[in-house]
Amino acid sequence: MAAKQLSLEEAKAHWAKTSTLMWISMAIWFFLSFVVHIFARELNAITILGFPLGFWFVAQGSITGYVILCFWSSSAQNDIDREFGVEEE
Amino acid sequence: MVMKMEGGFLNNLGRVYAIYTGCFVAFTILIGILEYAGVPNVYLGYMYVAGTLTVYAVIGFLSRTGQLTEYYVAGRSVPAFYNGMATASDWMSAASFIGMAGSLYLGGFDSHAFIIGWTGGYVLVAVLMAPYLRKFGQYTVPDFFGARYGGNAARLMAVLVLVTASFVYMVAQLVGVGIIASRFLGLSFEIAVYAGLVGILVCSMMGGMKAVTWTQVAQYIILIVAYLIPVTILSAEVTGVPIPQLMYGQALEKVAALEKSLGILNAHANPFSNARGEYEFMRMVNFFALAFCLMVGTASLPHILMRYFTTPTVREARSSVGWSIFFIYLLYFTAPAYAVFAKLEVYQNVIGQPIASLPAWVAEWTKIGLVTLRDANSDGIVQLAEFRIQQDAIVLATPEIAGLPYVIAGLVAAGGLAAALSTADGLLLAMSNAMSHDVYYKIIDPKAETAKRMMISRVLLVILALLGAWVAGSLGADILFLVAWAFSIAASGLFAGLVLGVWWKGTNKPGVLAGMIAGFAVCMFMLISSEFYGPWLKGLLGDSTNLVAARGRQVAWPFGLNSISVGIFGIPVAFLVTVVVSKLTTPPPQEMQDFIDSIRIPTGAVKLADGEAPPH
Repeated sequence: MAAKQLSLEEAKAHWAKTSTLMWISMAIWFFLSFVVHIFARELNAITILGFPLGFWFVAQGSITGYVILCFWSSSAQNDIDREFGVEEE
Repeated sequence: MVMKMEGGFLNNLGRVYAIYTGCFVAFTILIGILEYAGVPNVYLGYMYVAGTLTVYAVIGFLSRTGQLTEYYVAGRSVPAFYNGMATASDWMSAASFIGMAGSLYLGGFDSHAFIIGWTGGYVLVAVLMAPYLRKFGQYTVPDFFGARYGGNAARLMAVLVLVTASFVYMVAQLVGVGIIASRFLGLSFEIAVYAGLVGILVCSMMGGMKAVTWTQVAQYIILIVAYLIPVTILSAEVTGVPIPQLMYGQALEKVAALEKSLGILNAHANPFSNARGEYEFMRMVNFFALAFCLMVGTASLPHILMRYFTTPTVREARSSVGWSIFFIYLLYFTAPAYAVFAKLEVYQNVIGQPIASLPAWVAEWTKIGLVTLRDANSDGIVQLAEFRIQQDAIVLATPEIAGLPYVIAGLVAAGGLAAALSTADGLLLAMSNAMSHDVYYKIIDPKAETAKRMMISRVLLVILALLGAWVAGSLGADILFLVAWAFSIAASGLFAGLVLGVWWKGTNKPGVLAGMIAGFAVCMFMLISSEFYGPWLKGLLGDSTNLVAARGRQVAWPFGLNSISVGIFGIPVAFLVTVVVSKLTTPPPQEMQDFIDSIRIPTGAVKLADGEAPPH
């Protein structure tokens, strides 16, 4: 465990990037969880493969988005850690 | 055998679980052959249950341990992928497996708040918590409160919230076990509950978290296979393509056409509408309030959070949240298909048909009361209003709707049991770990030796399990509504302290204590008063609060919000009080700021404020 010791500035910069990623992720989460469903009635006017779109989002769309979001944000965080030399292994 | 290659076991996980899955498939085929040979269904059911329970017990026995790190956090050696599977079965309860598709059937669009609510929380776990809890790297969620806020008060408050939320949740799992086992095995409900108790203890007693982890992986495999098979075959029969998740769109179109011809005004896909199909603003508010409480509750339930203490690294903790939600997703994105295919079957082959020529499954499930049929106008034809189906029947009856042999129905029952047992295991362990580690070791007897600590933990495990079984056995299904309480309780009591603890350095001990107490108190007050003193609460809150007849009582909906979503009051109160009190009192000392900095970065040592080195 010869971990690199970050200077105060580096640690601040690392956390600033981490925080930005957190806010972006939270914004996408908020959109998938709430915003898109406010328009469910309007989206239902569009039908794809038998699915009214508003219904598809609540049944499968949002949760598909969550899975992608979780993997994406964790790989984006790995990139940040690598940039600052604080990734593990 | 597994133990002999101890080091080897972790390197051979893929092979071990592939062989296990193969054996399970072979076992299912064997039971199918026995069914074909004429063995009565009830014996097949016994074989299923005995077979799967034996496997769990064997895994539990092979994973026995005398080491603290293995007992509390599975030796921090669980790879992200398998931790994802274990978390998925830890998470998906009897309600997810048996009840959810049925509630989508009955509630249509609005019920899909459960789909959103029971998955979206993992984004919060992944981004806000899991990596930091893993870096912190001790044993329990209350440990974090103890270290971050100093002293025993915050730790004890966290234990109180944890035990309150987890206990009601665990009792509900035992009720679930009782219902499944009594239905499929013909056992009496009480006996079935105690049988379930044995099933839980064999997994967790000897090996703690290590044993629970590897049984939960095994249970996940059974539950996901059991969930996917019936609806996949049904999809192939109805649409010609065995991909229910995609093909139920076709079924939904047919359902929509049938809804029109049957005169159903509120279509399945119609959002936020009453029975006449008219949009209601409060229905939308309730949809979002429920989804929000379930999401925040997910991110606060300690039996889930503690799973992320078990990975080898921070990085793996992070990616294992991704795997968790992926494995949960496999079930959740299939559930809407169950609901729509069942609706198509009912509208097409039951409603409007002569009672004399109904499909066989209707009579089968009428016998045990999950389906009720009353020919009110005595015309011999089933009218829409004469047919009622309970939500549990949707998943359980699908194998018969698809015309599959009993072996598949037995498989579904085994899957439901796996879902209930795995969740109960996780909850039980979360409680006994918190009480043995946080209360006994950290507060009562910090000098206790390893052997004594593990002894205490095991004794607590048995006591809590017995207590849970006793409550489940004596109160039965009357207490199922308590499940929904667990989410609001955990969310109101723990979420603010966890999130602010990592993300805002200014959070201090008085702030978090006041916030936890306020959030928890508001939530409990709202839950208890709305459920048991509805008219009184309405008098207190005014006319915007309405009363709804439920469970033989007049339950209040505070300000028109469903009482299960009262976390919507508790969560903001907790945040507000925590921030205001923290601002008004002295900020945390420098050592605490250093501690927070050290958990924010994946590498390097954790600098505990009281100078104690973290165990590794």
